[in-house]
Amino acid sequence: MNVSVAYPEAARACASMIIEDRERHLFRVSRRAFTDEAVLEQERRRLFDECWLYVGHGSEIATNCDYITRSVGGRDLIFNRDRGGAVHAFLNTCPHRGATVVREPKGNALSFRCFYHGWSFNVNGRFASRFDEGNYGKDHYGGGCADLVQVPRLEHYRDFYFVNFDRNAVPLADYLAGAKEYIDLVADQAEVGMEIIGAGQQYVIKANWKLLAENSVDAFHGFPTHSTYFDYLKNVGSLSMDGVRDFSSNRMTDLGNGHAVIEYGSPWGRPIARWVPAWGEEKRDIVERLRQGLVQRFGQERGLRIAETSRNMIIFPNLVINDIMAITVRTFYPEAADRMAVTAWALGPRDEDHDLRKLRLFNFLEFLGPGGFATPDDQEALENCQRGYRNVREAGWNDISKGMPRQGRPNNDDEEQMRCFWREWRRRMSAGAP
Amino acid sequence: MNADILTPAAPVVTVPCTRAEVEDFLYAEAALLDEWRIEEWFALFAEGATYEVPPTGDTDDADPATALFYIADDYVRLRERVTRLTKKEAHSEFPRSRLRHLISNVRVLNVTAGVADVACSFVTYRAKRGVVDTYYGQHRYRIDCATRPWKIRSKRSTLDMDMLYPGKLSIIV
Repeated sequence: MNVSVAYPEAARACASMIIEDRERHLFRVSRRAFTDEAVLEQERRRLFDECWLYVGHGSEIATNCDYITRSVGGRDLIFNRDRGGAVHAFLNTCPHRGATVVREPKGNALSFRCFYHGWSFNVNGRFASRFDEGNYGKDHYGGGCADLVQVPRLEHYRDFYFVNFDRNAVPLADYLAGAKEYIDLVADQAEVGMEIIGAGQQYVIKANWKLLAENSVDAFHGFPTHSTYFDYLKNVGSLSMDGVRDFSSNRMTDLGNGHAVIEYGSPWGRPIARWVPAWGEEKRDIVERLRQGLVQRFGQERGLRIAETSRNMIIFPNLVINDIMAITVRTFYPEAADRMAVTAWALGPRDEDHDLRKLRLFNFLEFLGPGGFATPDDQEALENCQRGYRNVREAGWNDISKGMPRQGRPNNDDEEQMRCFWREWRRRMSAGAP
Repeated sequence: MNADILTPAAPVVTVPCTRAEVEDFLYAEAALLDEWRIEEWFALFAEGATYEVPPTGDTDDADPATALFYIADDYVRLRERVTRLTKKEAHSEFPRSRLRHLISNVRVLNVTAGVADVACSFVTYRAKRGVVDTYYGQHRYRIDCATRPWKIRSKRSTLDMDMLYPGKLSIIV
């Protein structure tokens, strides 16, 4: 871990931005954490330079020589599979003069060629140009000094690939901690594996990125913010409380390292595998077969847990995997203290039946995304929070105390999951503070 | 013998729709959206109609059964979208944004059996709380011109922005 000496003031300031008073059941976050450019700079160093960051799913580069380009943690990357099938992540910048080497969003290629001076590279990153003698020495050919620069660390868990720009970071498996169990609950939904469906939705929210980290695992806002979504479910026959336990009595789990998950009985249908009347009788059998298949593979308890419960998970700092009425994988980065860029993908079984895939995407769009019946109102809420932070000098603190006096396990609509996030945020942001 | 003689004729539309007529129809639609007369706007659609916003950067034949769209409404969900937008609990549009829908480059691509395939370019401005969002791209319509009044059978609005800079698609663009 890099201990910053250049920004001790920022570290000290960040330490003072969280107040946790267990006796008075108070948890407060300074609104400067959402507005201060110095905080954002500290986040770039302490979070995005040191945490494991999601780069992509193995299915996005399913075939040898497939590549995609993606921005991760402020860098432009090439995420690809070489001729032998090995997966790489390179900085998408020519070792010669720095131009972006691969400018297409995705493709399949035997080599990469920088258009500026024509330096080219094998898809394993090795310099592949051959110039006449006298142009370059042997360090360029096989010596590595003209190869594409690899991201320091690239590791994966169940086909979810992560990069880390800190060479000394703990292994990904240790970092993910309890989140692995919940990635399993998604990855186990198909024996042949899962896949990203089509391209991701890309959109901007004019709010600090951490507001979306909070919102993505916030059950408290569900009914007040999304009443029109639940009205819609009622109107079309998709709301089904059959077998759903009291929504507020479901649970939240601290997964360690700032990760957290909420679990609850689903009031909506799930393509895997909870049928609702709006889908019609013809879908009933196929959804029931999937449900039974999970029970056979994993036993009654785990099988039904995969099939019926919904789960919203934040993997610190900025990966959300929400397995709800569809599965969304979502990541987001700050463009400024008050602006983030979001990418959200849909995930589904590789061998999914055509009609169920159609239903999954239809289900996704009823709630999720900028054109859904719920996400736009989340965006509105986040942007209203950010606007409220203009009053930071006089009204300076967020309250994240809900559920603190509760004995035993937190409810899913408490705010303990956000407190998990913020404790980790403070730990990393204030490391080395004088 | 010519087989066509034995085939029942398609309903003959004596007056094929002209570009000017199509433009009048689209301008009237735009006015309804500008004025937030959204239930009247929905009444322009035929039963069974679809309304779609495909992913940016995808091909014209993108299919909502296999690709992740921004919006892929069937008739029922479009009705529900309109119903939602009439409520003040549709927070993203309460208070309502100010909208201006501009249409240009209208082309009638094909008219078969009274059904017209129409393409036009659009720019839609949305103003709210001091922020002006701009949406632009192409609308593709299938319009049933044999009925009175005309009915929209499908509308697909393909955005040209390479990402959704305004963030929300809480309006009808």
